[in-house]
Amino acid sequence: MAKSTQGLFFFPPHLPHQTEKPIVSVKGVSLFYSNGTALEDIHFDVVAGERLAVIGPNGAGKSTLFKIIAGVLPPSEGRVEVYGNEPGKHICIAYVPQRNQVDWSFPVNVADVVMMGRIGKIGFLRRPTRKDWEIVFQALETVQLQDYAKRQIRQLSGGQQQRVFIARALAQEAELILMDEPFTGLDFPARQAILNILDILKEKHVTVLVALHDLKTASEYFDRILLLNHRLIAIGKPSEVLLPEHLLYAYGGQLSLIPTEKGTWAMEDTCCEEGDHFHA
Amino acid sequence: MLEWFLQPLQYPFMVRGISAAVLVGIVCAVVGSFVVLRGMAFFGDALAHAILPGLAVGYLMGGGDRQVLFWWALGTAVVSGLSIGAVSRSTRIREDTAIGIIFAGMFALGIALISTVRSYTVDLAHFLFGDILGVTPTDIQLILIFSGVVIGLIFLFYKEFVLLSFDPVLAITLRLPVRFLENLLLVLIAISIVVSLQTVGVALMVAMLITPAATAYLLSKRLPVMMALASGIASFSGITGLYLSYYLNIASGAAIVLTTTLIFFLVWSGQSLWQRISKQIE
Repeated sequence: MAKSTQGLFFFPPHLPHQTEKPIVSVKGVSLFYSNGTALEDIHFDVVAGERLAVIGPNGAGKSTLFKIIAGVLPPSEGRVEVYGNEPGKHICIAYVPQRNQVDWSFPVNVADVVMMGRIGKIGFLRRPTRKDWEIVFQALETVQLQDYAKRQIRQLSGGQQQRVFIARALAQEAELILMDEPFTGLDFPARQAILNILDILKEKHVTVLVALHDLKTASEYFDRILLLNHRLIAIGKPSEVLLPEHLLYAYGGQLSLIPTEKGTWAMEDTCCEEGDHFHA
Repeated sequence: MLEWFLQPLQYPFMVRGISAAVLVGIVCAVVGSFVVLRGMAFFGDALAHAILPGLAVGYLMGGGDRQVLFWWALGTAVVSGLSIGAVSRSTRIREDTAIGIIFAGMFALGIALISTVRSYTVDLAHFLFGDILGVTPTDIQLILIFSGVVIGLIFLFYKEFVLLSFDPVLAITLRLPVRFLENLLLVLIAISIVVSLQTVGVALMVAMLITPAATAYLLSKRLPVMMALASGIASFSGITGLYLSYYLNIASGAAIVLTTTLIFFLVWSGQSLWQRISKQIE
C-alpha cells in the first residue's frame, strides 16, 4: 500500500492555489527501490493548460512518475509542487489509471464510477446532491457516454472504459489530469475519440500529462514531449525531442530507426499491453 | 405441511436459533460482499481461525460464561484483524504466506489452550463447528447490538468503502483517510465473524462470509442489490439449514453451510447453462 500525505482527518485539504507558480514543478525527484532505481533526479515544470506527452520504453518509470506527481507515492529524494504546494494537499489532481489496473466486473454502473470522482467534495456522511448528479451527467456528456449511465461497467468496450475514467476526472473537477497509457489496446476510432476529448480539456484549460507509446501521436497532438527512461532524457517541443540520438539513448535496442526520404522513422519493438508497473 | 413448519418452532431454542441465523446471515452477507469484491476470502478464513486462542482464554477464565467468552473473542478478533492487516502491508514475504503463518500458529495455540481442559473434545467441537441451538437470549442481544453497529457503520461509510475497494489510488488522490478506512473495514469483518461464531463456528465461518455474497455477485449488477440478495440467500440458508438439522438430525452449522453451498452451485450452473443456450440462439 502506498503512503500518502493526508490532511486533517475528516476534511480533505485543498489549499488555495498560488497561480503564479507552475501547475507542476518536479524538483530533483528520485525513487529508489531495494532492487534498483525507478527514477533518478527528474527536474521539469509544466505550465497550466499545457498538454505534455510522457514517452519512454516499458518500465521507464512513467507510471511511477505520475503516481509521485499525484501524491500517491512519496519520492525517495526531491519533491513535487503543484501550484506551489505538495500534491498531498490537493484534491484537484486526477490520476487516470491503466485500464487493467481496475476490476471491470465490479458491480457498479457507469454513473456510479463517475460519481466516485465527487466523493472528495461530497465529504463524509453525506449523500450526493442534485448538483453532484448534474456535474456527473455533464462529465458523461463531455465524453459522450450519457446514454451509458446505467450500463454495468463490464459491458463497456476498451475505449468506453477509458472515457468513463476521464469523465470521472472531470467530475472530480481536476485541474491536472495524469493519464496512464490511455491509448494502449484501443483501435483507431477509440483513440480518435480520446484525442477529441483532449481538445475539449484544452479548451477548459485543464493541464494534461499523458503517458503513451506512440511517437507519432505524441508529436502530432502534444505541446511538448518528455522522453523518460529512469532519467529525463529530453523535454521540449516534439521537433526538439524526437531526434535519433535521444530516441536511441532512451530505447536502446528496443527501437529501430529507419532513415527515409521524408525523415527518420522510429519503430518500437516492444508491445505495450502491460505497461510499466511499480508497486511499493 | 404447516405442521411440518410449525412443529420445531414450539421449542424456544429453535426460535432463538432461527433468529440468530437470520441476523448473522444478514451481517455476514453485507460485510461479505466487500470480502468477495476485495478478494479477502483467505483473510476472513484466517481471522476466524485466529480467534480460537481468544475463545480458549475466555472459556478458561469465564468458566462457561457467555459474555466473557464473547468479549475475549471480540478483543482477539479486532487485534488479529489489525495485525494481519499490518503484517500484510509491511512484510517482505508474500501476503498470503504471512497470513497463513499467523493463522495456523494462532489456531494451534487455541487448540493447545483448550486441550488443557478435560472435556476438551466437546468444547472444541462447539468452537469449531458452532452451537446455534445453544444460543441464549443474552447472545441474541449481543448479536443484535453488534449487527446494528456493523450495518450502521457500513451504511455511513458506504461510498468510501466502495471507492476504496474499486480503486484505492483514487481514494488516495481524493485525500481520504485510506488507512483509517481500511482498518475500519478489517474491524467490521472481525466483529461480524465474532457475532457469527455460534452459528457455524470457526471452521466454517468463511462460508458465511463469502458463499451468499458470491452467489449474489453472479446475479446482480449493482452493489446494493448484491448486498440485499446476499442477505436474502443467507437468511434463507440459515432457516433451511436449521430445519434440515432438526428433521435429518445433522449438525446445524454444517447444514446451514451445505444449504448456502447448494444454492451457489444451482445459481452458478444455471447461469452457465443459460449463457450457453443464449449463445447458441445467437
